[in-house]
Amino acid sequence: MPRIVTALTLAAALALPSLALAETDNPNIAARQAQMTLMAYNLGVIGGMAQGRMAYDAGMAASAASSIHHLSLIDHSRMWPEGTDTMAAENTRALPAIWDDAAGFAARYTALQTAAEAMMAAAGTDLAALQGAMGGLGGACGGCHQTYRQPE
Amino acid sequence: MRRLAAALILLALAGGGGFWLLTRPATLAPAVLEALQSHPADPVQGEAVFWAAGCASCHAAPDLAANAPTEARLALVGGHSFVTPFGTFRAPNVSMHPVEGIGAWTLEDFARALMLGVSPEGAQYYPAFPYTTYARATPQDIADLWAFWQGLPAEATPSQPHAVGFPFSLRRGLGLWKLLYLDAAFVTPPTTDPVIARGRYLVEALGHCAECHTPRDLAGGLQRAQWLMGADNPAGRGRIPTLPPQGWSALDIAAYLQSGFTPEFDVVGGSMADVVANLSRIAPEDRTAIAAYLMALRSPPSQ
Repeated sequence: MPRIVTALTLAAALALPSLALAETDNPNIAARQAQMTLMAYNLGVIGGMAQGRMAYDAGMAASAASSIHHLSLIDHSRMWPEGTDTMAAENTRALPAIWDDAAGFAARYTALQTAAEAMMAAAGTDLAALQGAMGGLGGACGGCHQTYRQPE
Repeated sequence: MRRLAAALILLALAGGGGFWLLTRPATLAPAVLEALQSHPADPVQGEAVFWAAGCASCHAAPDLAANAPTEARLALVGGHSFVTPFGTFRAPNVSMHPVEGIGAWTLEDFARALMLGVSPEGAQYYPAFPYTTYARATPQDIADLWAFWQGLPAEATPSQPHAVGFPFSLRRGLGLWKLLYLDAAFVTPPTTDPVIARGRYLVEALGHCAECHTPRDLAGGLQRAQWLMGADNPAGRGRIPTLPPQGWSALDIAAYLQSGFTPEFDVVGGSMADVVANLSRIAPEDRTAIAAYLMALRSPPSQ
């Protein structure tokens, strides 16, 4: 019996980080938050290299950049359906401006795809090329967060 | 009875006179004027001041994308709105246009506006304009900034009026507010570390980080005892974080101010995106200095 309690406690403790990540029971919100988590996970590689925190590795950089580009290709319309903004749903920072300005949101999502594609072309070349594409990619991320995401 | 009425009238006159005296628009001190005029102004240095002071955050067109080109940030058309408990303030056109902007100003007009919050006509500016920060700037930086300003384009977009209700619509009363809150003294004590000292100047005299990251009291003044401790978001829901953010290193802060990436590789949003757009254009040593100052806030170096 104590072993079961220990096992359950351990399981709960291990599950906590992922619970903290996805406190939503809305699959659309969960999906887009997972997309962002995976973007950040891969940005950690190319960003860490760009900032000189880890050694440049062409293969690893190209792989991470390719992942970011493919993540950016996921169709946004299913992940951001009506009724999943900060006013209507819990555990989201997606502002109603996304739906008030649907064309603007779509344009910035396309801009992200373009910037991610440019990074995919640059990341495996050399560190200077990766660093050169970093501003465009960061700007594309910020382009949405600036207007469409509520501050924490 | 008649004497009482006379006494009341006298009292009212004295009160009105006192109010009039206390709310008089300030003028620049002779030493400041002398320093402004004797400094050989350098527009290149002035551009560095421009980005460090974040002028474009409020005075460039609203809704600029985070990666908008530099020319867009140098077109100072105004139009940003600031919703506050006192009303809605709208950043004016401060381009070089002689009528719609400030192209007809003198260096002294410019310095008086930045350091004292007073217009060339002697009107008190609302403190949505962070002259409470710029009051600490050196006259040399102000002169350099004005030299840089001369090369900025003239924009014909008219400024939008503020939407401020009575009694805050009476600008004269801001003279009293300034007696309480306009203090050109630095907030944190001086330091012998030149990097932290540079960061202190950048944060406290130019960058106006505290305008959002420090809580305000009921009268809208900064609560200096809670310097950069974080505050409610004036622009809506959410909270402006404590500085430095928990768990961040100096390297994290400098990298964030350059790239917008947090240590977790989230990307800056909200009004901070404009701040990063400005600070990505300052010298790397200055971002390092800001980071060193912020880190020293919560962990004072042993003397």
